[in-house]
Amino acid sequence: MKIFKAIGLGILASALAISGAAAQTKTVKIATEGAYAPWNFTGAGGKLEGFEIDLANDLCARMKVTCEIVSQDWDGIIPALNAKKYDAIMAGMNITDKRLEVIAFSRPYASGLHGFATMKDSPLAKLAGTGERVNFDKDPAAAEKIIGEWKALLKGKTVGTQTATVNLAFLEKYFKDTATIREYKTTEQHDLDMAAGRVDAIFAAHSSLKATIDQPEFKNMMIAGAGVSGGVLGRGVAVGLRKDDAELKTAFDTAIQAAIADGTIQKLTQKWFKVDMSPQG
Amino acid sequence: MDFEFMQETFLRLLSGVPLTLNLAFTSVAFGAVLAMLIALMRMSGVRVLEAFAKGYVFVFRGSPLLVQIFLIYYGLGQFRPTLQEWGLWSFFREPYWCAILALTLNTGAYASEIFRGGLQAVPAQQVEAARACGMSGFLLFRRITFPIALRQALPAYGSELILMVKATSLASIITMMEITGIAAKLISQTFRAVEVFIVAGAIYLILNFIITRLIMALEWWLSPHLRHPPVPKASVEAVHV
Repeated sequence: MKIFKAIGLGILASALAISGAAAQTKTVKIATEGAYAPWNFTGAGGKLEGFEIDLANDLCARMKVTCEIVSQDWDGIIPALNAKKYDAIMAGMNITDKRLEVIAFSRPYASGLHGFATMKDSPLAKLAGTGERVNFDKDPAAAEKIIGEWKALLKGKTVGTQTATVNLAFLEKYFKDTATIREYKTTEQHDLDMAAGRVDAIFAAHSSLKATIDQPEFKNMMIAGAGVSGGVLGRGVAVGLRKDDAELKTAFDTAIQAAIADGTIQKLTQKWFKVDMSPQG
Repeated sequence: MDFEFMQETFLRLLSGVPLTLNLAFTSVAFGAVLAMLIALMRMSGVRVLEAFAKGYVFVFRGSPLLVQIFLIYYGLGQFRPTLQEWGLWSFFREPYWCAILALTLNTGAYASEIFRGGLQAVPAQQVEAARACGMSGFLLFRRITFPIALRQALPAYGSELILMVKATSLASIITMMEITGIAAKLISQTFRAVEVFIVAGAIYLILNFIITRLIMALEWWLSPHLRHPPVPKASVEAVHV
C-alpha cells in the first residue's frame, strides 16, 4: 500500500504546483494569421512580425500579463477562439455585425481603407475614384455612384479576394452578378495570381495592397479606384475575444485607449503602414 | 447540435459533389493510363525507361500532394511568359486543369506500383500455358496477363480510388469550390466548424461507401472461380404435397 500512498502524494503535490504556477502570472494567448503583411507576417527567420505583433507586446506590457502569440489559419480563426485554443485574435480583423453574433470585440485599434488593385496595363486601371475616399456609412450617395461606375468596368471580369473577410462580403454584396469572385486562403495567394494574370483584379485592404506593390516582383501592380470604408467593410480593426471573457475585454479596452492617447498606435502605424491609421472617433 | 442547420448545410454541400466527383474521376481516368505506361516502363527491362519510371514514382509518391498542387499552380504561374510562348498558358491559367494535372500525376505514381504488383503476381504457369496455346505479345497481354493482373490489383486500386476522392479536397486551396471548399466557406460565414465538418465528412463517407460497393461488385464479377458453386435448391414443395 505504501506505493499507492506515495503515488497519491505525488499527484497531490504536482496538482498543487500547477495551480500555484497559474495563480502567479496570467498568460494570454493571442492568435494572428502570419500571412497578412504588414499587419502580421512570418519574417525571414520564421518569426512572427508586423504591426500587430508590436502592438500586442505593447498592450500586454500595459495589461501586465505574459503574452504568447501563435499563428492560426485565417478561415478557422474564429471557431478556434470559441473552442478556447487561445484567448484573443489580433489579425487585422474588422468589427462586423456578423462576427459580433459569435464573438466580442475590444474597441478598435486601427482603421483603414479597402479597394481594388490591378496591373498598370489592365483596362481596370481606369476604375473610378483612384486616390479618393468613400465612406459607405457617411456618404451613401457617393457610394452608390461609385458602385455603378465600377460595375460597368467589372462586367464579366474575375476578381480575387481572401475568403471569410469583409472584402469578400463587400464583393458579394455589390458584384455577385457582375463579376466572377474567386476566393483565396491568404492575400499572398491572390497577389501571386494577380501577377500571373489569372484574375483581372484583386480586392483587399489598402494597407496590405501597398505592402505588396512595394515588392519589386509586383511593381507593375497598382491600386485602382477609390478607397472605401464603412458598410459591410466594418467599423475598424479590433481584438476578437470570447463573449464570456468580459474581464479580458475591459483590460484590452483600457490598454488600447492608453495606447491611442499616448501616441503609441500612431507611431506604430506610421512605422508599418507609412500613414497614421489610428482609429477615428 | 442544430439539426435544421445541418440539413441546410447538407444541401449546400451537395452542390460541391459534382465537382468533387469530376476531379476524382477525370484524374483517375488519365492517371490509370499514365500508371499503366509507367508500370510497363518499370518492367520493360530497358534501363533508361526503368530509371525514368523509378524516378517518377519516387518524386510523386514521395512528396506531399499539397506541395505538388502549390508548385503546379502558384509555382508555374510565375513562368507565365515562357508558358505563353509554348502555348501552354491557357491550360495552366485554369485552376481546374492545374488540379487535374496534380491529381493525375499523383495517382499515376501510386497506381503504377499497384499495377506492377498485379502484373508481377500473374502466375508463370498461366503465361506458359498461354504460350503453349500459341499466344504471344499483345494477344497474350490482352487475353491473359492483363485480366488476371487487373483482378489481383483491384482491392488495392479500390483504396487508391477512395484516396483520390479524398485528395480532391486539397483542390480547394487553389480556389476550386468542391465539398471542402464550400465547407470552409460555410464555416467562415457561420463559424460553426463542428456541424459543417460533420456533414462534409458524412458526404465523403457516403460517396466512398458507394465506390467501395461498386469495386466489390466488379471484383465479384471478375472472380467467378472464387465463388461458391451454386447449391442446388432443396425441393421444398414436396413437403406441402
